Amino acid sequence: MISTSTFNTPCTPNWCPGCGDFGIWSALRRALSNLGWKPSDFVMVYGIGCHGHMVNFLKSYAFETLHGRPIPVAEGIKLANNKLNVIVMAGDGDTFGEGTNHLVHAARRNIDITMILHDNQVYGLTTGQTAPTAQKGFKTKSTPYGVLEEPVNPIGIAVAAGATFIARGFAGDIPFTQSLIEQAIAHKGFSFIDVFQPCVTFNKINTYQWFSDHTYYLPKEYGANDRGEAYKKALEWGDKIPLGILYKEEKPTYEDGIPQIKDKPIIETPLPTREIMDAFINEFI
Amino acid sequence: MIKTWKIGGEAGFGIMVSGTTFSRSLARAGLYLVETSEYPSLIRGGHNTVAVTFSEKPVYAPYKPVDILVALNKETVIFHKDELAPGASVLYDGTSYDISQENLRPDAVFFSIPFGKLIKESGGEMIMRNTVALGASIAVLGLPFEHLAHILTAQFTKKGQKVVDFNITVAKSGYDYIVVNYKEKITPMKIEKKEKEQMVITGAEASGLGAIAAGIKFFAAYPMTPINALLSYMAAVQVKGNFIYKQPEDEIAAINMAIGASFSGARSMVATSGGGFSLMVEGTSLAGMVEQPVVIIMGMRPGPATGLPTWTGQADLHFILNASQGEFPRIVLAPGDMEEMFKLTAEAFNLADRYQTPTFVLVDKYLFEARFTTNVFHPEEIVIDRGKLLSYEDQIKTPDHNRFQFTEDGISPRGIPGRPGGVFRANSDEHNEAGYSDEEAANTAKMIEKRMKKQQMANMAVPAPIVYGDADAEITFSGWGSTKGAILEAIKKLKVQNSNLKVNYMHVNYINPFPSEAVEQILKNAKRVVDVEGNHNGQLADLIRMKTGIYIKDRILKYDGRPFYPEDIIEGVKKII
Ligand SMILES: Cc1ncc(C[n+]2csc(CCOP(=O)(O)OP(=O)(O)O)c2C)c(N)n1
Ligand code: SF4
Ligand SMILES: [Mg+2]
Repeated sequence: MISTSTFNTPCTPNWCPGCGDFGIWSALRRALSNLGWKPSDFVMVYGIGCHGHMVNFLKSYAFETLHGRPIPVAEGIKLANNKLNVIVMAGDGDTFGEGTNHLVHAARRNIDITMILHDNQVYGLTTGQTAPTAQKGFKTKSTPYGVLEEPVNPIGIAVAAGATFIARGFAGDIPFTQSLIEQAIAHKGFSFIDVFQPCVTFNKINTYQWFSDHTYYLPKEYGANDRGEAYKKALEWGDKIPLGILYKEEKPTYEDGIPQIKDKPIIETPLPTREIMDAFINEFI
Repeated sequence: MIKTWKIGGEAGFGIMVSGTTFSRSLARAGLYLVETSEYPSLIRGGHNTVAVTFSEKPVYAPYKPVDILVALNKETVIFHKDELAPGASVLYDGTSYDISQENLRPDAVFFSIPFGKLIKESGGEMIMRNTVALGASIAVLGLPFEHLAHILTAQFTKKGQKVVDFNITVAKSGYDYIVVNYKEKITPMKIEKKEKEQMVITGAEASGLGAIAAGIKFFAAYPMTPINALLSYMAAVQVKGNFIYKQPEDEIAAINMAIGASFSGARSMVATSGGGFSLMVEGTSLAGMVEQPVVIIMGMRPGPATGLPTWTGQADLHFILNASQGEFPRIVLAPGDMEEMFKLTAEAFNLADRYQTPTFVLVDKYLFEARFTTNVFHPEEIVIDRGKLLSYEDQIKTPDHNRFQFTEDGISPRGIPGRPGGVFRANSDEHNEAGYSDEEAANTAKMIEKRMKKQQMANMAVPAPIVYGDADAEITFSGWGSTKGAILEAIKKLKVQNSNLKVNYMHVNYINPFPSEAVEQILKNAKRVVDVEGNHNGQLADLIRMKTGIYIKDRILKYDGRPFYPEDIIEGVKKII
């Protein structure tokens, strides 16, 4: 246990008062402090959106990437040094507007990183257009007559793509989300947490109250070890939306399959020896 | 004597492999060569050819006229009869197709070889026609069979002695057939004893070796001609070479992964062609903004859009110089031969690390896929310079590290994550020295100046272009990248035509930083400048005008997807002068 103030930076959070990002931020700080991690013990990788501003409010090794691209940057960081703990923070626009492709592939690779999705159904930073997670009929600046499409299903996609740890949290329940983050970090492989994050400024429908009224906690009996069951849970929407761990499976990671990093991260391996270099050259003589 | 051998047949006949086996055999016999292949962008079906231009003396570019045509089918004769040089030899199978009605040039010399019969006798299958043809080709040149046997052995050893012996038997049947039946038509090559060993290598392989010698640790590339050969070479040697190759979901992922790996401290690289690079454009600006070194191998092919996927061109110079939003430093190198390919790829890693910015190696399908004899590379001579990368001890001295510290030369010390001190962040938003977002006017201007200062530092260190040929020349050619070989060959030919003619070539292989002063000096003193480029507009000539104010009027430009042959340049010169 270390103090959460260890992660303080010179910058003060500039999210709108009451924004769900505060809840995710607190849950993460508490999880990190519980783990006893110092700012030098992990790497945060952010997308672009309101959530991405956390790069300024959480002290750690960090990389605020491009809109839609935190996942491949995080994968590169991890592949080059698989000893690093890597956590991705991404928006729902970030993940399902620009970058859906990356999520699908990271999940099927089962690369050992943790991803936290800020699911607010809008584009916060660009001031309130629809996000791919928005409900059909949802009115925003970009959809004045209501969204015409069905929403993407983040959990459903993670289940289908093969993620080995899939959970849903709620920024309004900080201890619960903290616990999910801790378990996701402890999980070896690709872990994905969809966190309901009320955008108090641009989403007047999916409020804290709405989420409280429409969600339930998965009971202990729910095993979370059957992908088919997890998919059924992913389809639950409306009055009863499940929170908790939907699926968990132990499986070798992508890194486990790379022979050249069996003993140490690739950046710590020596350059090819003179003999190996000569052998490479001799192939062409 | 410079000669060109060409083998043609349907895709799937093993044409490509035959070309390489032939090249390696010639190199082993002591000849110099350039091997090029032409193939439509299909896997099966379609017509494939490989041409090998070779000589007892060094040769730097393919020649178009064919001295020895090996026709594995009748179409090859029909398609290529107009390329035949005076007195050309034609190897074909008179027992399976008739070419007497094809009006071949009257001085052609015919070698009819019953491929099918010979294969049957040695118990082989029809797909081994190419192997018979190789044996026959070696015999026609009067070279000892031993060289071909050696290369076939090396090629098939992994499959066991039986396969080796079988291939040698089949090849020998073609060889013997020529020796027995056409002895009087054989004109042996006169090979001088070579002092030095030679490599036979493609641009892709040379570039890969350069990257490995420079200590590459991470490589991401999405398949696309012409970088596929680099991709498969690197994938094959990654375990022994202690680096990771990853095929990502797309080019966007490729460059972002490479930037992430670079952030972790790995020397990292991507490779693509114009279409793929279009998807990497935003990522390139990310590397520029967060000052992360990354090497980008950019293999040009004719565009726009899908263009001619399997052909060549040099039309992306301005694209690469100007791609991405905002202003940030970038380095662009353009190797012109195999040694430059090896050395400049390795140097790209040093420049990327030194200036902490994206660095391009601009190549093209011709130079990347063609195979050349070249001096043996010396990886031990590659010096690795990681610039201002902090040591472990220096980084952990303080708990926090100002990754974007303002410095005299604009280059800030760079740490890597995971060390127990010197914590820092990269930020694609404009940021302050600590990496936190900062949109203040003064900071914004200062940060842009800091980054562009690195370009000025690079500019000051740029080497002058090499001028090949005579001093006080009548004609000065200007060119960049892969046209080097064809221009050097054209110069040889021009001097054969007129031994008093003085002519030289200014070879630009640093595109950015651009050696403005040196180029200005060279061109100011030149009597007549002729620009040679594989694009429609004369992109280097335009760049020279922008950088030096000098306007080059005379331009020999080619944009039909084919590489320059020396003959193209001779003809171009004739038209101008
Ligand atoms: C390539 C690109 N396209 C568009 C943008 C503009 N943009 C910035 S943030 C954003 C959407 C943010 O939404 P989300 O990812 O859901 O994050 P939130 O603000 O809701 O946390 C967009 C479209 C951009 N920065 N880059
Ligand atoms: S706009 Fe919405 S998501 Fe962004 S800070 Fe404000 S409340 Fe949070
Ligand atoms: Mg959002």
